[in-house]
Amino acid sequence: MNWNELVGAALLGAERRTPPGGSVAALLDAAAVETVRRRAGLRPAAAAPRPEPAPEDSRPPLPPAAARRLALLLTDRPGAGGGRRGAAPDLAELLPQWLTAANAHGYRAPAESLPALLDAARARTDLRAGALTLGGPRALWLARLNPDWKFALRGGTGRGVEPASGAAAADTAGPDEAAARRLWEEGLFAERSALLVSLRRRDPAAARELLASTWSAERAEDRLMFLDSLREGLSPDDEAFLEQALTDRSRTVRATAAELLSALPGSALAARMAVRARACVALDRTSRSVRLAVEAPYECDAGMQRDGVSPKPPTGRGERSWWLAQVVEAAPLDGWSEHLGSRTPAQIVALPVADDWASEVHAAWAQAAVRQRNTAWARALLGKPSAPVTAVPGDPARLLTVLPPEERAEWAAEFIAAHGLSEAFRVLGVCAVPWAEPLGRAVVDALEIARDAGSYPWSFSGVMGLAERCLDPAQADRLAPLAAVPDEPEGGSPGAGGYWAEAFQRLVATLHLRATMLAELDPARGGPAPGR
Amino acid sequence: MSTGESRWSAEQVLALAPDAASRKAGAKLAAPGPWSDTGAGRGAVWGQCKGSGSRPYRTVVDVAGGSAPGYRCSCPSRKFPCKHALGLLLLWSEGAEAVPDAPGSVPEWAESWLDGRREREGRELRKAAAARDGERAAAPADPRAARRRAEQRAARIAAGATELERRLEDLLRGGLAGVEQSGYAVWEETAKRMVDAQAPGLAARVRELGSIPGSGAGWPSRMVEECALLHLLGRGFLGIDGLPEPLAATVRSRVGLTVESAEVLADRDAVVRDDWLVLGQHDGEDGRLTTRRVWLYGLRTGRPALLLSFGAAGRAPELTLPIGSSVDADLAYHPGARALRAVLGERHAAPEPGGVPPGVGVHDALAAYGAALCGDPWLEGWPVILADVVPVPVGEGWQLADAEGDSALPVAVTEATRSRMWRLAAVSGGGPVTVFGECGPRGFTPYTVWSKRAIPLTVADVGGGAA
Repeated sequence: MNWNELVGAALLGAERRTPPGGSVAALLDAAAVETVRRRAGLRPAAAAPRPEPAPEDSRPPLPPAAARRLALLLTDRPGAGGGRRGAAPDLAELLPQWLTAANAHGYRAPAESLPALLDAARARTDLRAGALTLGGPRALWLARLNPDWKFALRGGTGRGVEPASGAAAADTAGPDEAAARRLWEEGLFAERSALLVSLRRRDPAAARELLASTWSAERAEDRLMFLDSLREGLSPDDEAFLEQALTDRSRTVRATAAELLSALPGSALAARMAVRARACVALDRTSRSVRLAVEAPYECDAGMQRDGVSPKPPTGRGERSWWLAQVVEAAPLDGWSEHLGSRTPAQIVALPVADDWASEVHAAWAQAAVRQRNTAWARALLGKPSAPVTAVPGDPARLLTVLPPEERAEWAAEFIAAHGLSEAFRVLGVCAVPWAEPLGRAVVDALEIARDAGSYPWSFSGVMGLAERCLDPAQADRLAPLAAVPDEPEGGSPGAGGYWAEAFQRLVATLHLRATMLAELDPARGGPAPGR
Repeated sequence: MSTGESRWSAEQVLALAPDAASRKAGAKLAAPGPWSDTGAGRGAVWGQCKGSGSRPYRTVVDVAGGSAPGYRCSCPSRKFPCKHALGLLLLWSEGAEAVPDAPGSVPEWAESWLDGRREREGRELRKAAAARDGERAAAPADPRAARRRAEQRAARIAAGATELERRLEDLLRGGLAGVEQSGYAVWEETAKRMVDAQAPGLAARVRELGSIPGSGAGWPSRMVEECALLHLLGRGFLGIDGLPEPLAATVRSRVGLTVESAEVLADRDAVVRDDWLVLGQHDGEDGRLTTRRVWLYGLRTGRPALLLSFGAAGRAPELTLPIGSSVDADLAYHPGARALRAVLGERHAAPEPGGVPPGVGVHDALAAYGAALCGDPWLEGWPVILADVVPVPVGEGWQLADAEGDSALPVAVTEATRSRMWRLAAVSGGGPVTVFGECGPRGFTPYTVWSKRAIPLTVADVGGGAA
């Protein structure tokens, strides 16, 4: 009896039609025989086309202890559990620096952790670059099989952060130029992007030439991303290519090209902008005391537009002040000294400005200082850390990024000593990890002051979280006394002491954990059980 | 066991966690911060953990226990082991820097508990040995009463099986087409009747039947299969006197008449000593009960075995054997036509790292499953080790294909196998691997893959893997 007949008879029911065999008992008997026969006689299926094997990854594997640590960090999902955090470290927050450290050693991820790694990177963009670097060619190979992990192939991961230098791309690009060219012409966006970034690091000119070879055939959004990767290793040699990109079909590509050119103080665009800027800002000869006079542009002509000046201001902003800002931002800062009576940047910043233009001009200079990485100007615009917060034009955190790390830490430490922690979050965010002294000490002191003032620790949870991630682990022992429950200060919030103790316990525990996990990555130390 | 006993791996520790939440909580506590006075020695690990209260919790774990670790913690958690025990063990697994070896300085509070536990354990071991050696022949207190009870139960099950037969026939008289609307309650009621008839095996199968009508395309075919197998089981029990003994034993166990572990172990003929390679482990949740299945492979005998261990909700089953290791031990098989389920007896040595087990191709794997079905047609799966297979994505599912040739085994499609297959694919990288899993009517269910060492795929069931 055929299986389909049996199923048909069972569906229909014996009341409607006599089943094969004559009775329901016979139907069940026959179905039992057939079920076992069918199961016992299962035949192999025809094999589908097998996927291409993943490319080799010659990087060393993680030490066993570090591999286990990764598995632990990956099981902790942010937001899991919810509620108060207690005294235990927030593992998910440590994942980014673990990835950075592991990648600095040049390890590859354990294959079995790749799905969890890709899932984590899918959920958190801040993990993507680090996760994909650690995952290497096998992660990309795996991502190609799963639509959930498309992000790994579509890239856009390396922007602003350390770009994903997919090891596959780096390896093939190294010894074999033809293979690199083939990858560039046939590869996925992520592979091409990684190739461009790694080539740019080794040989900036070769990277630019590779990009130029296919430039006109690229899609506008890809052109934008590729152009952006020239930011690293930018030099006067790139000027001709960028100048050509000023006539690009896409407005955003033109704007990026102009921005890059303005970061090259010797470029023709920078010189054109300098001429325009000088026409706008000059020493005021009419005034008795020395001051700056400002004459904003009256029009945004074709030449300005070609050089990336956007004619239409955002809502709420006047046209002329908008054009002025863009012109001053793009003009080389080093030219101002000569133009303004051989004054130093600090002297120029100190000059009074006529007609309420001071904030506009200073903000534009701040932009220029960040774009042109001009330390002297950034220092002048930042001024003394103890000055009122509003005295700094623009964002002090962005200006700080221009200063060398030690100077950054010193400025931030003084800033916190003067203003406390309430304004410190962004400033702390740009300081190098681990925090150099005296910064770490300043933060801990400020936290202690906040506790003694009787406030609750969650008013400082942002800074506390940063401290957990950024304080030097060597500080842990010094902090240990703070983890004890203090006497309740007079007028303090009830129970705050206990919560502070808990917050400091978490801080100490996190610092210990960071020290341990970094040590586990040390190949010389290896971990306790190298056999496994 | 000696005090210098090797520390466990983090995977081994995490396998003890009763659920995913404990796994996470334990991992968070695996940092030196909250811990003080930690130490290891005399087969135990101890430490004090700062909690939210003023007094730290005292945690001690007996890691040298005969069959399973023992835990004691002063925290109020009902989880077992609690997160403190897990955190402490994880810390210990990191090495002597985190938890130093200090066999000479076991704190008092830990020592008193350990001593009590060791003494109890010794007593039980002696009792078990005595039961096996001398008193085996000694009959239960009142053999006639025992026999009467057994007969009563058999009669009750037979009545249940008869009623089940009637219900199955009614079902097919009315036709399966109607059951999609009739809902789950009918099956639940029938299942309860089977529980009353003291036939939990029948009850479980009836409940399964209830979930088939809503299970998507092809359900009528699956429904007929399961009805037919249930019918076969009922008929088998009603005619059990005419069956050869091994098959009768299989029918009895399928119906739910199980044999006590002690009784299985007492049968000297059922005991097999071998180096058993631990192939895989899977924990299944069933409402109030966690069932842990551990598959073994005898390296000398070539026999597969399945160990079952149970835990109440919130407690991990006690049995723990590191996956991929091999252990020299006695195993006693439950009686049956296709002996698979077994009980772990005496262990002659601690588990050692094992190698990659020998496997077969797709064709032989299916043949083994078919042969096993001839002995036990109610088998849901038969353990097989596939060698040199490549995971291949096929539409929404997967297959494991022989590295050479054009045969493949489809992988059963479930939420769990989906995440396991991503791990498996990542490990294989498109190359041939050795995979342990079960062959079943819906395809292959993978549990472990070998790439130099054993990598359990089941870890990904919680947390990891693309959801």
